[in-house]
Amino acid sequence: MTVTINVNGKAICGDIAPDLLLIDFLRDHGCLSVKRGCDTSNCGACTVHMDGKPVLSCGILAARADGHQITTLEGLQKEALEFGGFIADEGAEQCGYCSPGLIMECIAMVRECREKGIDNPSDEDIKAYLAGNLCRCSGYEGQMRGIHAFFEWRRSHRDASIL
Amino acid sequence: MRTGDEAKGLTGNLKVVNHSWRKKDADQLITGKPVYTQDIAPKDCLVVKVLESPYANAIIEDIDTSVAEKVPGVAAVFTWKDVDQNARRYTKAGATFPESSPYDRLLLDRHMRYIGDGAAIVAGEDEKCVDKAMRLIKIKWNVLEPVLDMHKAIDNKILVHPEDNWESIVPVGADNKRNLCAHSDESDGDVEAVLKSCDIVIDETYHTQACHQGYMEPFCTWCTKDPYGRLVIVSSTQIVFHVRRNVANALHIPKSMIRVVKPRIGGGFGAKQTSVMEMYPAFVTWKTGRNAKMVFTRRQCLTQGTPRHEMEMHVRLGAMKDGTIRGIYLYTLSNAGAYGEHGPTTVGLSGHKTIPLYRPEAFRFVTDVVYTNINAAGAYRGFGATQGMFAVESAVNELCHKLHRDPMDLRLQNIAHEGDIMPGYYNEPNTSSNLDRCIQKVREMSGWDAKYPGQKFTTPDGRHMARTVGMAIAMQGSSISAVDVGGATLRLEEGGFYMLILGCADMGTGCDTILAQIAAEALDCPLDKIQVSGADTDTSPYDSGSYASSTTYLTGRAVRDAALELRKKIIREGARLLGCPEEDADFDGEYVRYVPLKVQEPSENKAAADPEEKKVSLNEIAERTVTNITGILEATNTQSSPTSPPPYMAGVAELLTDLDTGECRVENYYGAIDCGTTINPNLARVQAEGGILQGIGMALYEGVHRTEKGALIENSFMQYKMPARPDIGQIHISFDPSYEHLGPYGAKSIGELVIDTPCPAVAEAVYNACGVRMRTLPITREDIAMAGIKGEEGSVAAQENPSLR
Repeated sequence: MTVTINVNGKAICGDIAPDLLLIDFLRDHGCLSVKRGCDTSNCGACTVHMDGKPVLSCGILAARADGHQITTLEGLQKEALEFGGFIADEGAEQCGYCSPGLIMECIAMVRECREKGIDNPSDEDIKAYLAGNLCRCSGYEGQMRGIHAFFEWRRSHRDASIL
Repeated sequence: MRTGDEAKGLTGNLKVVNHSWRKKDADQLITGKPVYTQDIAPKDCLVVKVLESPYANAIIEDIDTSVAEKVPGVAAVFTWKDVDQNARRYTKAGATFPESSPYDRLLLDRHMRYIGDGAAIVAGEDEKCVDKAMRLIKIKWNVLEPVLDMHKAIDNKILVHPEDNWESIVPVGADNKRNLCAHSDESDGDVEAVLKSCDIVIDETYHTQACHQGYMEPFCTWCTKDPYGRLVIVSSTQIVFHVRRNVANALHIPKSMIRVVKPRIGGGFGAKQTSVMEMYPAFVTWKTGRNAKMVFTRRQCLTQGTPRHEMEMHVRLGAMKDGTIRGIYLYTLSNAGAYGEHGPTTVGLSGHKTIPLYRPEAFRFVTDVVYTNINAAGAYRGFGATQGMFAVESAVNELCHKLHRDPMDLRLQNIAHEGDIMPGYYNEPNTSSNLDRCIQKVREMSGWDAKYPGQKFTTPDGRHMARTVGMAIAMQGSSISAVDVGGATLRLEEGGFYMLILGCADMGTGCDTILAQIAAEALDCPLDKIQVSGADTDTSPYDSGSYASSTTYLTGRAVRDAALELRKKIIREGARLLGCPEEDADFDGEYVRYVPLKVQEPSENKAAADPEEKKVSLNEIAERTVTNITGILEATNTQSSPTSPPPYMAGVAELLTDLDTGECRVENYYGAIDCGTTINPNLARVQAEGGILQGIGMALYEGVHRTEKGALIENSFMQYKMPARPDIGQIHISFDPSYEHLGPYGAKSIGELVIDTPCPAVAEAVYNACGVRMRTLPITREDIAMAGIKGEEGSVAAQENPSLR
């Protein structure tokens, strides 16, 4: 079947198998930041944005993304550096395999916070938002420190932030 | 004893070491660049899969691949018929040769020994044709009864390895005709006599499960042939040099024909210290000449990867009424599964890392490692110490309750100290320990005196809750004494920078960065002047790999000594260019200067004092290396350590438990750690936090069960529950370092130690909540709720406190 999926601002037409998963479509088209960690939609490593909302690309058929806008970390490089830098300053990206999925989820969280006027989310709210993003290296603490450091920086550098 | 303040004095002038730097690969990782094995695989790779045995014990009577081979796109199907069944067997364990792990595998075997064992290798153009071909392979099975219970393995009439070409190349007490992968018995003093004369003996048995490491990047390997016809293996591995040996042994080809490279690795935790899959795509590439790739699904990682060894430990701990621990007897039964990877070695740590925490007059430590028909166990952070710590530290906690003693005080009364000889630790001397300070520190930071043992309260909506604490101490090692090898090459390059070439593996821990820090410190240069490369068996100096808590300590020593040697060579070359005696030259990182011995005292501003100062820049020296005026300035250093200095820690778990439902969460975990100097405090801290949460996962969440036929039930992340963010409150870390003179800049290890305290500390906090001692992991909500109903042991340590309502 033929689909047209907009990936990072560029329309990609493809003749695909009906059972092709979105993660495989994206990796086949060079979006190698999208990682497979579990096969059962439990780890969050394959998180991408579909029309701006975070989704698990291993749990969505490529066919279902037909006509939709997909964003991967390849399309958010500056945002990834800005936000991810705070995680890296804690050393909490560690092996980095879960980082793209986590940062995609975090970017969605930051944007949602901005829409709702939240500039200092609580630990429990952050944990709830990111509950689906597993990390085995960090114990999550360093990532939490990095997320808080980002929000703290952003409160005083609102104009400098591209997020 | 050297105090923390003195250690600070020794590390106070460090410029690069003991400072927190971003990992050198951080920016590439956070922007999702294609740096992992699968990301850089050639597009034309054949897809390789292994047909999994559906039986735990069976012989392939006949196998027909004729139909499978006709599936369009299928390039090759291999079975036991393609492998000499009488050839020498091999091990997948990543360990220094000669390996303790028995040579008990064939690449493809007629005898299937667990559900998931490899019956055939299928390679094809895509996954679909391979899957189809695997369904079309016809096998006539001779299904045998399996041995699944490790208690019934020894001298069972069912043998996991009845074959005559099974081989144990190191005397570890193995006997395949008894299902024994290893056996040992060691002692110091007469433990039976001592236990008999003790006022109290804790006599209990503890059980730990076969946990999955949970690295986020599943196993992946791809292979190609280089222009010389050599096999190139690119793999997510911690052990490039061991992979070279293991694949050579599996394929029966010369090591000279194999090159192994590791790119970035998405976590390992010991899992990738076993060459779980490399030989399968390697065989396909070797036979077909085609590029080949194998990627495990998470199910395969869980069912065919090598988890932690399931262990059962019988502890008899003898003490006097005043709390003096006098005798420790430990028997550990370890379940190797179907193959013996790391079986003989892991079990040793269950005693060697627990008994020497204390100073018993006598001990005896007996082990049996048995074969059963489940997937082979292997290496996982902690490597047997984690299991042993749950048993011995739980027993010490039980002793505290029997004697009505505070667990912190009882440990302070009994622990080994710096300067002690440790009979339970190969009689090695304790060369550095701040364990007593760690205990005091964790006591303060956790608010222990106010919280122990805990308090019960009822919420306004009527829920019966308990907030309780529990503690444990732990030690690990720093490399395997006289076995592990750390290696490093440092080379001055055109442009005045240095290449640091390593054979160990950064699997996310940040070792590339901390080893560069050590080099920069010794060469007086900024961190970004050190560029890191490795690991690649063609170019890296030999290093046994990143495991056994060896990298910081051992490879770190190799880096430091290589840097100091290179420094001397730079001075020698600088002096030659300046025309001065070598003894009169000094190097400040940028220039080699002529500093006559008589004025070599430190001066504030040498240039101002002597405008005509003779000096030559590092850049000039470096440029000469490419013109062959100087030749290459390079130093390679290899280290092995006769001792394995233990890092220490004390941990406290603070648990909030709903006594009606059994629901509980570690609200706070406190860790005070002596890992010697922290080369990079940020990275050491993240190691600690990550290891502690893995330990909490083992204590409370990560169950492992099998069907009656021996299939793993928790074979996906739906069932295998690793802790997610909401499953943990906060983790608090304090470093209270000693200074280990044998280590680079005073460092010991950190990676494994940190997983060891949560299991016993959490079990103690559960006891203080519900009054029942849990001696089997994981401790489930059901266990806690049932304890409330049964009230087995009665004595609930936590007292009702109305003020907490």
